Amino acid sequence: MHRLQDSWSAVLVIAVLIALWWVAVAATHSMIFPTPLAVLTGAWELVEDGSLWRHIGASLMRVAVGFGLAVCVAVPLGLWMGWVRGAFSTLNPIVQILRPISPIAWIPIAILWFGVGDASPIYLIFISSVFPMIVQTIVGVHTIEKRYLRAAENFSVSRRTLFMRVVIPAVLPQILVGMRIGLGVAWLVVVAAEMIALRSGLGYMIIDSRNAGNRYDLVIAGMIIIGLIGLALDGIMRMLEGVRWVRWRYAH
Amino acid sequence: MPTKIEIRDLSKSFPSEKGRLPVIDNVSLTVGEGEFVALVGPSGCGKSTLLNLMAGFIRPDAGSVTIDGKVRAKANSKGILISQQGSVFPWLTVRENLSFGLHALDKSEQTRIADQYAGLVGLQGFEHSYPHELSGGMLKRAELARALVVKPDVLYMDEPFSALDALMSLRVRNELLRILRIERHTVILVTHDVEEAIHLADRIHVLSERPTRIRATFNVPFQHPRKLSSPEAQQLRIAILRQLGVELDEQPS
Repeated sequence: MHRLQDSWSAVLVIAVLIALWWVAVAATHSMIFPTPLAVLTGAWELVEDGSLWRHIGASLMRVAVGFGLAVCVAVPLGLWMGWVRGAFSTLNPIVQILRPISPIAWIPIAILWFGVGDASPIYLIFISSVFPMIVQTIVGVHTIEKRYLRAAENFSVSRRTLFMRVVIPAVLPQILVGMRIGLGVAWLVVVAAEMIALRSGLGYMIIDSRNAGNRYDLVIAGMIIIGLIGLALDGIMRMLEGVRWVRWRYAH
Repeated sequence: MPTKIEIRDLSKSFPSEKGRLPVIDNVSLTVGEGEFVALVGPSGCGKSTLLNLMAGFIRPDAGSVTIDGKVRAKANSKGILISQQGSVFPWLTVRENLSFGLHALDKSEQTRIADQYAGLVGLQGFEHSYPHELSGGMLKRAELARALVVKPDVLYMDEPFSALDALMSLRVRNELLRILRIERHTVILVTHDVEEAIHLADRIHVLSERPTRIRATFNVPFQHPRKLSSPEAQQLRIAILRQLGVELDEQPS
């Protein structure tokens, strides 16, 4: 019952914002800023000629590859750096220096190294999502409670068993938190990356709509679609919190 | 009764801002095979440190712990520690927790033994449950069963019942006594609860405030099941409390 009331108020806020937008455009007689209806018909145009699905597919593919590579690097590296003191003291400074560099600052380097194909945005996604996941995994290892490690030591298990049955399961919820952050960053970055010298993707679609005749209806349609897909991606990550390997962390 | 554990002149200090802080000062005691010994002392007196030294998780500065005549090595599954907060792995089911110490055996054998011990502590039907689905008392039983599964020579129990309410604590204590009649382990129990010590132990050492020394030793000559309200038990309780610096006006009736 409460949930229903909560979502009603959210729907109300959105409706009010759309109404304000509409009134503002009508009152100012803007020739260039679109009404909500114009955005809707613009979006329908993109659906009908199929280009919307092509752009969404291109963006999602780049995120899947860049984010996937980042997970494959960040999780083993984070586990290693968290577990082995020497690995942490050697590699943590470089991680901490690279981490705050904005992915936008990487754009010239990405183009220099990878040209203007798919590899550049994939690299930018990788570089921006890998660090939060490394850091979260390290934190996960460092915050395993001593009593569990001590219990494992007490049963004199091998290092392999210790790692597989204690360390990795204990860190898994924290890895998931890192993945959620990383995927959010990846989705932010793909749009920016596609605005440079690419011929597909939602970022390209927005830039192209403006350049080819000030189609701001398509610009705003693109922005809203980006928001909705980002929400869906985060929803998928939150659903993963329910799988049995990490559910213990969230149950009370 | 053959000697199981012998502690001789054991001392341990920890670094602090004001130099080394002595925690254990020259403690000697022996524990016989199959004996149930309680170490009773005020909170923060170093009881847990003493237990961790015995279990092999930390090394003494001076003195020695010998078990079966051999100097204590690193912690291993011959002596299992059951701690106050509990250490049942929350990401494993009851069955997986219970078979954790059986990694050398094959899978079906692990399951058979784990389920047998789940039954022994009254957790049959909960083999597939996760710890967060269990009550505090059930968690304690699971932890006890996980320890018993590896057939340890010694159980080291560090305030194991203090997180339970009074009623649940009594129940799990009775459960422990029932199991010990079947399994015959040597048990070292650390507690600040005098009644709990009288309920369970064959012998009670009263420890002083930090640095820990043995202040007094009491034998508990009562047969199980014990009547904690009997005049003799009350007399013993008053005598132990007096050693802990607590004077009671009440006299046993």
